[in-house]
Amino acid sequence: MPAHDVLIIGAGLAGQRAALAAAETGASVAIMSKVHPVRSHSVAAAGGINAAIAIDDDWTEHAYDTVKGSDFLGDQDAIEIMCSEAPGEAMHLEHIGVTFHRNEKGELDLRAFGGASKKRTAYVADITGQAILHVLYEQLMRHHDAVERFEEWFATSLILDDDGNCAGAVARDIRSGAMEIFNAKSVILASGGNGQCYKPTTNALICTGDGIAQAYAIGCPLMDMEMVQYHPTTLAENGFLITEGARGEGAHLLNSEGRRFMEDYAPNKMELASRDVVSRAEQTEINEGRGVGPDGQGIYLDITVVPKKRVLEALREIVNIGRDFAGTDITREPIMIRPGQHYIMGGVKTDVDGRTPITGLYAAGEVACVSVHGGNRLGANSLLDTLIFGRRSGEDAARRGREMAMPHTPVARLHEDAAMIGEIMDRPREGRRISEIKDELGATMNEYVAVYRDEDGLEKAHEIIHRLQDEAASAYVDDRGSVFNQDVLGAIELRYMLDCAEATIVSAIDRKESRGAQFRLDHPERHDEQWLKHINVTRGADGEPEISYSPVTITQWQPEVRKY
Amino acid sequence: MSEFTLRLRRYDPESGGAPYWEEHTIDLEPHRSVLEGILQCKARFDGSIGIRCSCRAAICGSCGVRINGDPDLACHTHLDRAKKHSKDGVIEVEPMGNMPVIKDLIVDMETVHWKKIRRVTPWLIAKQPVPEREYIVPREAMVDVTQSMACIQCGACVSDCLSMEVDPEFIGPAALAKAYRFVGDPRDDQHFERLKDLAEDTHGIYDCTHCFACIDACPKGVAPMSQIMRLRRLAGNDFKIEDRNNGERHEAAFVSLVKQYGLLNEAELLPRSYGGDSPLAKFKPSVAAEMASTLPAIARALLRRKVTPAAVLKPHKLAKEDRDQVKRIYDEVEGREQRDEFNIYITGRDEDR
Repeated sequence: MPAHDVLIIGAGLAGQRAALAAAETGASVAIMSKVHPVRSHSVAAAGGINAAIAIDDDWTEHAYDTVKGSDFLGDQDAIEIMCSEAPGEAMHLEHIGVTFHRNEKGELDLRAFGGASKKRTAYVADITGQAILHVLYEQLMRHHDAVERFEEWFATSLILDDDGNCAGAVARDIRSGAMEIFNAKSVILASGGNGQCYKPTTNALICTGDGIAQAYAIGCPLMDMEMVQYHPTTLAENGFLITEGARGEGAHLLNSEGRRFMEDYAPNKMELASRDVVSRAEQTEINEGRGVGPDGQGIYLDITVVPKKRVLEALREIVNIGRDFAGTDITREPIMIRPGQHYIMGGVKTDVDGRTPITGLYAAGEVACVSVHGGNRLGANSLLDTLIFGRRSGEDAARRGREMAMPHTPVARLHEDAAMIGEIMDRPREGRRISEIKDELGATMNEYVAVYRDEDGLEKAHEIIHRLQDEAASAYVDDRGSVFNQDVLGAIELRYMLDCAEATIVSAIDRKESRGAQFRLDHPERHDEQWLKHINVTRGADGEPEISYSPVTITQWQPEVRKY
Repeated sequence: MSEFTLRLRRYDPESGGAPYWEEHTIDLEPHRSVLEGILQCKARFDGSIGIRCSCRAAICGSCGVRINGDPDLACHTHLDRAKKHSKDGVIEVEPMGNMPVIKDLIVDMETVHWKKIRRVTPWLIAKQPVPEREYIVPREAMVDVTQSMACIQCGACVSDCLSMEVDPEFIGPAALAKAYRFVGDPRDDQHFERLKDLAEDTHGIYDCTHCFACIDACPKGVAPMSQIMRLRRLAGNDFKIEDRNNGERHEAAFVSLVKQYGLLNEAELLPRSYGGDSPLAKFKPSVAAEMASTLPAIARALLRRKVTPAAVLKPHKLAKEDRDQVKRIYDEVEGREQRDEFNIYITGRDEDR
């Protein structure tokens, strides 16, 4: 069986950064992903990465903006680490080859972004995530002797040893169908979020919450799961992302009266208020009958106010997306958008070195909740989160590896997972199709667990999820083969998504206040006295989610009224 | 909603059987993508249809396929357009070319595409010393390399590269576009070494036949062939790399012959490619051996009447006023201080204007 000091599951920005950081210290490293690393969803991050590198900027301002953006639910010690290390990380990326765009002096150019008090977003046109992801993969190719790559391998379970420490994982080689145990001193989860619980979503089809559900299954707490970000500008028709960079470059949001309605909601920051604020404003305009489009369910994003030369060099990708997926030339006419599911602030609970409460298990990136985003993530802070905490996890896991022997990995799990896959393939051709269950899950979440929520809707969603969990257990697959059996992986992913959805719903029901991305129509105010705390969800002995709480770390910024 | 019929190329490596075609009819709005059509086939009829896909928005590069024979991303092709371009109203989807098929629409990119990418030393070899902050580089240079940085490694250009079909070892459009991303990056310390390597390799930049297939294939406007031509211009004009494939001299011969005659003079092309850019080239002793090695090519050219004995003695040329027009183009282009390079991040596409 393969044995490594550090096994990383997921090869987006967090995973690749962790791999490179761990390998740099001499640790033996394996990185595994169910897709080729450059297909990871980090590739879709468009707008940029925040770092206080301007002469007139300071990391404490970045940290304050992040705390305020989080609606004071973010842990300030973690935010201080992220923001103070950001400039160094941005420079590191520049040095290894990221082609950040420059200003006239040849220095890194910075663009405006939502919720930020200064221009502090470094960018590569509107393909920043792609550029960074591909450059990190260049480095993985360069250091191929130090990092072993398992591309197109699907992790099925995390393994605990007899002491309850994480000692590896079971995985399936997608290309051959072979199952294998990976022995490791530490495992870093870097497998992304669970946006596919929603339909529509900006997230890729691979974002099925695998790591979140795998950690949950072995008793790891999930934190802030109720905090689900709706991005203000997703294509009205299919939910594809239009980067916040568009508004950063000056684009306007218009309602059916042709008015920049953000002046009613955020008179100072206008379109560049934080995402939860803008998405709620849009939804309110739509609900009150001032939406645009045939069904009044859209808002106009007017990019024509940005000079065309600037659009071509800095927003090239959304020119393509407008033309190819909406039939709109964004340089000539406004494009119809609406709020759409984009990011989960919650995830596997970790400390500032990526350590989860289970020894030997780390998490970084969207799969994790440090928590630096709290109730609402600022645009261009996610790339930063993946890189800072990916690196810190990699370093800490490598350090841990130097201090211990290779743990004993029980092989029972391998047989259980092989049997689990066999059971899925042997199911009789009755019951519902996996695709149907997944569609119902997506529609349910988007209806009841969206921008505006209330108790009745959330309870209804919970009932539906329970039913879907039952149905998923007997849903059948068509593919009985070994080679690239995507069907059987889909069945496993569906189970993961349902676990994630349930954790989100029970947390949202529990939090009886409105904060950040959670807006409860039945509890419209923020209540710091009672609710300035994280909700943790753990799988109980009976398999049902159990709720507990943990405090929010406050260092230098006391909660205050949040206005943009 | 409209009905569309898809004809999918299926292949099950475990069955021992040959590939076969299978048709499914789906309902979707006409501007939805072929990928959404295939996903509907998977969801409604047969979950075993194999296709890599993830983002659905032409950014992850997973779903490269051939649609009605032409390479593209399945998510980047509208159903109505695909139907219009089909031969019989049925949208035909098959795996990409030049790469072995693993299952259905899934090809082995590792042994072809990624191997070629690794061939071009695909990482920055940074100038030393590394500065404390960022490298100070011209604003335009970073916008310029964004075009090759925009490559999503989907393999569409590799699929239909004609040179690669003839020479499987050709480094190819995607990897050479990747190479330009470093040669065009002012922070890289090995521009000359990279260019010399790619010029000297018989499967390198001069192996491209200039057929434009990769430009047509690329869903992201990377224009790989344009990047290859830029590598050639840098290697030949700027770094004066005289490669052993005669690539640089061959190109120079093209340029001066067209300038002189207004048309290509095939009979002079080979001698000048070997002997240097002069009418006397063919009389150089060193050229004789190389010329002799090309006799089969010359024989074929004579047979097909691309070259005639008469044309060797009396080359065809344009009328004087037409040659003057050609010369004006040369004067205009050669008179510029800087070479104009097409770049969608700077000029946009033709249809954007």
